[in-house]
Amino acid sequence: MEKPLIPRLRVDNLFIHDVGPVSLDIEKGECVGLSGRSGSGKSLFLRAIADMEPHSGTICLDGTEQALIPAPDWRRQVALLPSESRWWFDTVGDHFVTSVESGLNRLGFDAELLTWPVSRLSSGERQRLALLRLLENQPHLLLLDEPTANLDEENSANVEELIRSYREETGAAVVWVGHQRAQLYRVASRFFAMESGRMIGSGGGP
Amino acid sequence: MTSETIYLTPADLSLAALLVIALALVSRRMGLGLAGQTIVAAFRTTLQLCLVGLVLKVVFASIHPLLIVSMAAVMLVAAAREVMARQKRRFVGWWGFGMGAGSMFVSSFAITTFALVVIIGVDPWYTPQYAIPLLGMMLGNTMTGISLGLDRLTESAWERRSTIEGRLMLGHTWAEAIGEIRRTSVRSAMIPTINSMAAAGLVSLPGMMTGQILAGNPPLEAVKYQIMIMFIISAGTGFGALIAVWAGARRLFDDRHRLRLDRLKTFGQ
Repeated sequence: MEKPLIPRLRVDNLFIHDVGPVSLDIEKGECVGLSGRSGSGKSLFLRAIADMEPHSGTICLDGTEQALIPAPDWRRQVALLPSESRWWFDTVGDHFVTSVESGLNRLGFDAELLTWPVSRLSSGERQRLALLRLLENQPHLLLLDEPTANLDEENSANVEELIRSYREETGAAVVWVGHQRAQLYRVASRFFAMESGRMIGSGGGP
Repeated sequence: MTSETIYLTPADLSLAALLVIALALVSRRMGLGLAGQTIVAAFRTTLQLCLVGLVLKVVFASIHPLLIVSMAAVMLVAAAREVMARQKRRFVGWWGFGMGAGSMFVSSFAITTFALVVIIGVDPWYTPQYAIPLLGMMLGNTMTGISLGLDRLTESAWERRSTIEGRLMLGHTWAEAIGEIRRTSVRSAMIPTINSMAAAGLVSLPGMMTGQILAGNPPLEAVKYQIMIMFIISAGTGFGALIAVWAGARRLFDDRHRLRLDRLKTFGQ
């Protein structure tokens, strides 16, 4: 199949502090796996793409350069999910803008959960709800920073499934940073590794 | 009818100083580690106030605007330095100094001028006998408010950085992401002056009023001045803290709505 002219994400000659240069294209609907030791620059790379970190170089989403889009709009389209979610209001429901009941049902939650205080949630519930909260913005690109690091197997499978279906339904691209080889094999079709600020390897195996 | 004011002699002051020395000795005995500091602070009070007394004597003698302006400038710089020194996490570069100086300048100077021209109506409005003490009281209080507000702002932003960033990542603007912290910071700056307004007269007799009464002025006249001072101090502190905290919060983010804690530098405290 021939590649479309404009990739979903284009990263060209990116430098973040002492990480870089990184160049990378990601197509629509593609999931890219990224591994590497802690401190190798994976998180910084994701943060730069979400424009959370000062950087140089070019980052384009569907052909539009980052600097041309107001930062809050950019982050609604380029959604970064950290491994530990943060909550700032008292109840779960306050964190959602739209009606998310169908999403809750799909994750196996009851709508009553929206009235719960956040402190009542388990870490697995928090992470799945954080993902649901992020998907409310209908992002075109998902940046997942070890999204299942604190979850058991069942919850991990749940999260994987939610991301897969969102990707297939909307054509969103995904960058999945993770440590488990088996999981990266399951979710991604292309693999990279970061090593001391450089991106290496592409293609076959993680 | 008014009894004549009794002037204090140096011997009278030494008697009061004995009390401070006694306190220093006790705290040394108890190993509080404050004995030296107490003595130094007492010396500084004596020296600084004597100097100010001398300066005021000169300033009062000649109503020269330039002299008053330069005195006001010195006071502002000292207050801004003090605001900076009270921060655990300071803005790097000129911002640390400028934010305190700017917000104090706007609130204290504007409100003091208003009080002199409109409320008291003294002629000329910069008559140092009114202008300097008023400005000093305004600066002293706004200084406390602004440093409380800024300290709370930077400290909370530091502690809750992941939450702030969590909100930014969802597409919230910088103002939404820091809104709650900004509000609590201004509150913590304003609460002490509001409390002191509420407690005035019941729990404490304000220093200025006490001074005027001791100097032989009729209590009700002293009270009227004190009420005006309380009002302008509350306004000055509140507006000053608002300006400083707003500017500080803005400075914590860049144009791309990124939280920039690298603009803060930690100082040991």
